[in-house]
Amino acid sequence: MTTETVGSVEASASGPTSTGSRTTMVLGIVTLIALGVLVLFGLILSPADESQGDSVRIMYVHVPSAILSYAGCFLTAIGSAVFLWRKSQWWELVAYAGAEVAALFTAFTLITGMLWGRPTWGVYWVWDARLTSEALLMLLLLGYLAVRRLAADYEVRAKRAAIIGLLLVPNIVIVRQSVQWWRTLHQTPTLSLSGAEIQGLMLFSLFTGFVAITLVFIWMVIHRFRVAWLEEQLEAEGLDTAIAERRAEGVIS
Amino acid sequence: MVMLTDAWLIARKDLKLEIRSRVAINQVMPFALLVLVLFAFALDPDRGLLEKATPGLYWIAVLFSGLLAMQRAFSLEAADGVTDALRLSGLSPAGIYLGKTLSVAVQLLVLEVLLGIGVAVLYGTSITGWLLLLVTIVVATAAISTAGTLFGVVAAGLRVRETLLPLLLLPVLAPVLIGATRAFESALSGTPSEGWPWVGLMSVFAVVYAVAGIFGFGPLMEES
Repeated sequence: MTTETVGSVEASASGPTSTGSRTTMVLGIVTLIALGVLVLFGLILSPADESQGDSVRIMYVHVPSAILSYAGCFLTAIGSAVFLWRKSQWWELVAYAGAEVAALFTAFTLITGMLWGRPTWGVYWVWDARLTSEALLMLLLLGYLAVRRLAADYEVRAKRAAIIGLLLVPNIVIVRQSVQWWRTLHQTPTLSLSGAEIQGLMLFSLFTGFVAITLVFIWMVIHRFRVAWLEEQLEAEGLDTAIAERRAEGVIS
Repeated sequence: MVMLTDAWLIARKDLKLEIRSRVAINQVMPFALLVLVLFAFALDPDRGLLEKATPGLYWIAVLFSGLLAMQRAFSLEAADGVTDALRLSGLSPAGIYLGKTLSVAVQLLVLEVLLGIGVAVLYGTSITGWLLLLVTIVVATAAISTAGTLFGVVAAGLRVRETLLPLLLLPVLAPVLIGATRAFESALSGTPSEGWPWVGLMSVFAVVYAVAGIFGFGPLMEES
């Protein structure tokens, strides 16, 4: 990375001019339909579990959102890497949108997991490997977002956040490995669903959950990206306008 | 090669500053001992809880007092535009990173020795498994200082740096805390074979952060 390229984040000429487009509207409608199908299968058509009862229905949204929270982190890492490499603001904003949506999905995963754990295990929280790594993932994402939202120049916060975003993936791998060992060296994992075979309508409901929640994820990332893009444009434009106004003042007086 | 000579220069400069300002000796080390005493107040010292919890308490004390040392590594340069001077000095950014890491590591090692004596004396912990203990200390110190220095520069120069650094660093160091604690536990309980995988994990961590620091420090130093 040479000194010349630093300090000039290139803004691609062609960016979105509104928060939505015809394509995202179609995507939104498809997402709503998918959510409707998920409600139909998850809450009405699929049977209650023999051992878990009705609380098994939480799994149809919990499992997909857990997986997508990790997908969001990978998106952030990729976006950050391309930003650091090519100085592309587009990718930086993809990383930011990915991290924000990932944080939302992580929180949703933790909340639905607790709501499921209370009737199933009798407690909201156990120090299981999966729970602990999800909680740490939330904290790592909050760190990224704290840096990205600093009250500093765009250059400063974007670059610093990108370094953290890039390190998200190795961090997640190391965190998962360490909590896995942490909980298995001394006691067997608390959470085990391997005994329960999922099939039939329940499997289909879980599949519907994957489709619907993935669509929600994509829809959110696209819109968050577009809003972030417009925000940055507005900020840059606002500065230009302010400078122009000051110049104009100087001419008049 | 240039990188290593630069690193040596920076480490010597930082350590000399620490020795002369006596902040580490007069403030950070007493704080570390204070943490040990506070743990005794928080947990019942009579029921052997302290001895049982020694590995965890020890590493928590290292992390918290180490945070102070890492804050210092960059607040040294915060005033009077010294950061710009460092940037203009022509030293390689990777060298600056390694030098700062080395200086933080040396301070951490001194802290760890002090805290080790502290837990042995105050908590009555009998120390066994020396080889694993020493290797754990070296590897965990490398892990903490490589990550701490990298995140230190991420937070450096910002008005919110004091609150930002712990938020960024402590979740990242969670695997090191788990690993170092478990390795200490297995050393003290006389089953060192359980501790070595943790040493491996922490080594991987240290290498990942050293590489990230060597390559990431340049871009991070260029902006103000």
